[in-house]
Amino acid sequence: MKIGVCIKQVPARDAPLTIAEQGAWIREADIGFEMNEPDGYALEEALRLKEKHGGEVIVVSLGPERTKQTIKEALAKGADRAIHVVDADFYRLDPLASARSLAAVLRKESPDLVFTGLQSDDHGFGQTGVLLAELLGLPHSTIIMQIEVLDGKLKLKRELEAGWFQWMEVPVPAVLSIQSGINKPRYATLKGIMAAKKKPIESVERASLGLADEPTEKLERIYVPQKTKKTEFLTGSAKEVAEQLLEKLRHEARVLS
Amino acid sequence: MAPGGKEEHWAIRDGVRKLCRDFPDAYWRRLDREEEYPRAFVDALAAAGYLAALIPEEYGGSGLGVTEAGIILEEINRSGGNAAACHAQMYVMGTLLRHASEQQKRRYLPPIARGELRLQAFAVTEPNSGSETTRLETRAERRGDRYVVNGQKIFISRVRQSDLLLLLARTTPYEELEDKTQGLSVFLVDLREVRGKLQVQPLETMMNHHTNVLYFEDVEIPAENLIGKEGRGFRYIIDGWNAERILIASEAIGDGRWFVDRATAYARERVVFGRPIGANQGVQFPIAQAYARIESADLMRFEAAWRFDAGATCGAQANMAKLLASQASWEAANVCLDTHGGYGFARDYDVERKFRETRLYTVAPVSNNLILAFLGHNILGLPRSY
Repeated sequence: MKIGVCIKQVPARDAPLTIAEQGAWIREADIGFEMNEPDGYALEEALRLKEKHGGEVIVVSLGPERTKQTIKEALAKGADRAIHVVDADFYRLDPLASARSLAAVLRKESPDLVFTGLQSDDHGFGQTGVLLAELLGLPHSTIIMQIEVLDGKLKLKRELEAGWFQWMEVPVPAVLSIQSGINKPRYATLKGIMAAKKKPIESVERASLGLADEPTEKLERIYVPQKTKKTEFLTGSAKEVAEQLLEKLRHEARVLS
Repeated sequence: MAPGGKEEHWAIRDGVRKLCRDFPDAYWRRLDREEEYPRAFVDALAAAGYLAALIPEEYGGSGLGVTEAGIILEEINRSGGNAAACHAQMYVMGTLLRHASEQQKRRYLPPIARGELRLQAFAVTEPNSGSETTRLETRAERRGDRYVVNGQKIFISRVRQSDLLLLLARTTPYEELEDKTQGLSVFLVDLREVRGKLQVQPLETMMNHHTNVLYFEDVEIPAENLIGKEGRGFRYIIDGWNAERILIASEAIGDGRWFVDRATAYARERVVFGRPIGANQGVQFPIAQAYARIESADLMRFEAAWRFDAGATCGAQANMAKLLASQASWEAANVCLDTHGGYGFARDYDVERKFRETRLYTVAPVSNNLILAFLGHNILGLPRSY
């Protein structure tokens, strides 16, 4: 089974974020980056399927040169090889442009399965997997909690709202968006880190893929919500004040039902 | 190449950091309070192969150097944890690696590399011989196909958590020796099946190191568990000292960075008299000074590690790295405590725990005074001061 896993490098969880001067993205200079956490679950699920059914895991990532660090982490965890679509300025890309880039290199590989995380921890559009399936002309399913390999098809468990689950079947090949928590991602082993040095990473300049560069949507501005503090005095008799307070707790603070 | 700048070094740092994230402050705080051994942490680190960094590939390890081993230990301490148990599992096997027979190595090193066998206890120090190792008195007498051990050891950590213990004992009485560095031998004691009476008496200390006093009463060790040649044990132990000093320096640097990180974060956040306390030079400058000292000790650590791994002489550098790093981490500990004020003493801030832990490095595994004596006498050619 040949499995392509799309991974994204995002700002590290504990990175102190500040907004860049242009206002549409964060300042990258002094922060660390790491693998998008949801993608870590997708990678782990691919590695487990490979260990059980044989095959190959190829990680595909779009991003600037620094993305190689995250790609190597995936290789250290057990992926066999990687394709890096290099774009120094990839934060200007919208989800469709990202999906087109990934689709261009994945198409050549004709994988049996393509996994993505559910969404990215930075922009969080949650669209890449769905768009990718459409571009590759493959069936797609989201929020996957369990995968069983049957003959020529997959049995999938999807997570619905309010604690509900759904079982469904899809034919192979397919694109799946993996739900976080489906498994416990492994640690990179010391031997894995050393072995990753010898695993191939194919670098493809995004500009060389001949894709339309016109964005279909544009990020105008990101900003930190303004914190405000308001103090309100309730007046009246004790009973009136209690009633007003109850009203506010129910309908404004919504801590009581 | 910048020190520590090799690509795989960053990958190792990152790998250890991610693993450590799953063992947050609260984990270490609880262990400290309950005087528990970090079993889950050591198991996770062993399963990921980090504790086998120094074991050659032919015995199931990664065959890396003290540079990489030091980075692993540094990151553990920097994460807020304590690397003592990991340090021991990584490093105590070095004596086996250098001096054991091929048969012994094949028997013990692969399960140590896999983390199935714990060799984390090393019995050298005695109540009457601390720094003066050649004076130790625990006696191992050869009787037929075994050695019979009698004596007492102190400050021997993790005896109850280890499967194997490395023991340095006297095989020739001191007064019968012309060369006083001879007459000591190294043995591997299997703690899972001790023959004779080995009493392990816990010794409560100010940090959670599971240290003990050991009483040997006619403890029998099969002669095949002698490591290397009889009487050469002191030399074998000395062979490991440089590596140990570099690793200890690395742990101290990890602590130092943790203290600077925490002090900086607190000085930025804590507002007194209408502004962050870090705006005061009296608070800010000591943190900056501690940071500079940690960074400079780190340069010496990498210089020593690089030399060690290249097979160059490194006695002076390894000793200076331990001296400078332990001083720097202790300074950083005090700065961090001062920055936190009263909260620094509160258990929930972890500063007091790390403060207690890092104090050890100026004293053990060798007192900084002895390092100064070594530098003065052996490196600078001054008269012997001890």
